[in-house]
Amino acid sequence: MRLIGHRLALYALTFWVAITVNFLLPHFMPGNPIQTMIGKLTGTVTPAEIRAIRLSFGGGLNQSLLSQYFTYIGQLAHGNLGFSLTLSENVSTALRDYVPWTLGLIGVATIISFLVGTTCGALLGWTRGSRLDSLIPTATFFQATPYFFLATVMLLVFASKLHWFPVLGAYNNLELHPGWTWAFVLSVLRYGQLPVISIVLSSIAGWMLGMRNMMITMVAEDFVLMAIAMGLPKRKVIWAAARNAVLPSIANLSLAIGLVVSGALIVELVFNYPGVGDLLLNAVQSQDYPLIQGIFLCITLTVLAANLLADVVYLILDPRTRTEVSR
Amino acid sequence: MKSFRFPRSPKVIVGIIVLGFFVLLMIFGPYLAPFNPNNTSFAPNLTPSAHHWFGTTSLGQDIFSQTLVGARATMIVAGIAGLVATTLSMVIGVAAGYLGGFTDDGLSLMSNVFLALPGLPLLIVIDSYLPVNSRSNSLVIGLIISLTGWAWGARVLRAQTMSLRNRDFVESSRIIGEKRIRIMFTEVAPNLLPILAASLLFTILYSIGAYVTLAYIGLTSTSVWNWGTMLFWAQANNAPLSGEWYWFVPPGICIALVGTSLALLNFGIDEFINPRLRAGGLSGRQRRRLGMPRRQRLGLTPVVRSVVTAPRITTTQNPVTS
Repeated sequence: MRLIGHRLALYALTFWVAITVNFLLPHFMPGNPIQTMIGKLTGTVTPAEIRAIRLSFGGGLNQSLLSQYFTYIGQLAHGNLGFSLTLSENVSTALRDYVPWTLGLIGVATIISFLVGTTCGALLGWTRGSRLDSLIPTATFFQATPYFFLATVMLLVFASKLHWFPVLGAYNNLELHPGWTWAFVLSVLRYGQLPVISIVLSSIAGWMLGMRNMMITMVAEDFVLMAIAMGLPKRKVIWAAARNAVLPSIANLSLAIGLVVSGALIVELVFNYPGVGDLLLNAVQSQDYPLIQGIFLCITLTVLAANLLADVVYLILDPRTRTEVSR
Repeated sequence: MKSFRFPRSPKVIVGIIVLGFFVLLMIFGPYLAPFNPNNTSFAPNLTPSAHHWFGTTSLGQDIFSQTLVGARATMIVAGIAGLVATTLSMVIGVAAGYLGGFTDDGLSLMSNVFLALPGLPLLIVIDSYLPVNSRSNSLVIGLIISLTGWAWGARVLRAQTMSLRNRDFVESSRIIGEKRIRIMFTEVAPNLLPILAASLLFTILYSIGAYVTLAYIGLTSTSVWNWGTMLFWAQANNAPLSGEWYWFVPPGICIALVGTSLALLNFGIDEFINPRLRAGGLSGRQRRRLGMPRRQRLGLTPVVRSVVTAPRITTTQNPVTS
């Protein structure tokens, strides 16, 4: 439990850093972006909206930086992420519509990619030197390809040319409305296939290669030789080795989740998937700063939560961390 | 110093050749380009031909010239970001690992915070606030990317430094009375080289991805040609759906090839650091010639004892333990 407490403190600190960066950036960037933005708006929006936007950055002109900072944190504590101009609604309300799509898409893709990649990596490590090794350069190529480029190519080939998959969007928005109906759920599953496949293909190599390298090291350990000598069935031996080899992969999840989420967000743009990544691109193009900042905090919070989950899994899988704590 | 040994692993050789090609492209690409990449005087949407090797964009620009010119900005930004980030991670990682105590606590906390922060969203936030004229500056973009990319290297280097710190040769120079800074640079640092190299390759790989992604979502100046801006224009003009593959495939393949070459070199370093991975690089025929089993026997680390293929490992001991 102490490990979890430690990690929780680290993530809280990280989140605080993210909030502070978010607050300081607009105040210290050359060219005073907030002033420019409000200057552009004067006349087109109501004074109340301008006040709402000012509040997104911590309040008025004639307050000290410190008091603006506390206003900003106070706003966040009430779940108020600021006011988006392009959507003309509160950022937190807007995010509520977009977050579930992203969470579903990236969550499913990451889990599939981790499970399949780790399994393949374990087998590759076990059968090292066989013909299966020729998979490695291919996997590397996919790993080195930017997520959005692979997604673009898959969109062109499988959706636009071969018509195996629907082209854009998250569901058939001409005929269906979001709701818990069979037709809608099926449509979501159908439209989600290609984005999920492209994210899995882009991210799988990392898990696979990491697991393979650990597995090769693990196979040479004494306990594996012992297991073989005892005449345990092969499946059990592989399982025993794999269970130990997977630990570094899980310990490194915190690095990997951030990278995968970053890549997958951009995939949403390619498929016009109505998630946070798509929203982020629109916000960037219209220079909607409150929205950009709100999305950044939302992504950070989600990634940190995923990291914490990975830590819990690690604690369950590795008994050594538990004995260390009880001592 | 041992004499230079040319790497034998096919992965490393392919990696060096491909990377070398793109480094040459970085230097000479802009001079080799047959046309000005901004020139819009050609017919739009031409498919690849002898005159326009990669065809033309819907604005009538030559895609082959754009690809050649774009190599420079892409590689330079990635190189700057990789070098700066690796320097940062070396200073922070070695200091944390060697000095220990409060310094270590503080520096490790800092790198853990940066590891947990999602890099690309942070980059997007910072970049969206940049004034437009700084977005075309390779140095500024490179520095910002390096800010989000140093933490991984610092963590790995710290772990390795900590393990080196207690080795006998470091201990003995401490007893002799060498200064701390001298031990750090002459005893510890050289033994970090392989990990430093791996970390450099990894950061360059990360930086290319980050830079190209920023350009793809339109956050770098569109007046500087790089492979990401090419993809940006292709996407903005709906090239994927209208079937103009020749517009976005060349820059994408270039990015993937540079990335693959870096990853292949990294494999070579991995095999250098961890000899257990190395024998896996032998082909089936080489294994037979050496009298090694086609499939490795369980529980035994394969060690090549023949001088012909691996002069480095000539002892009968296990190279891992010796």
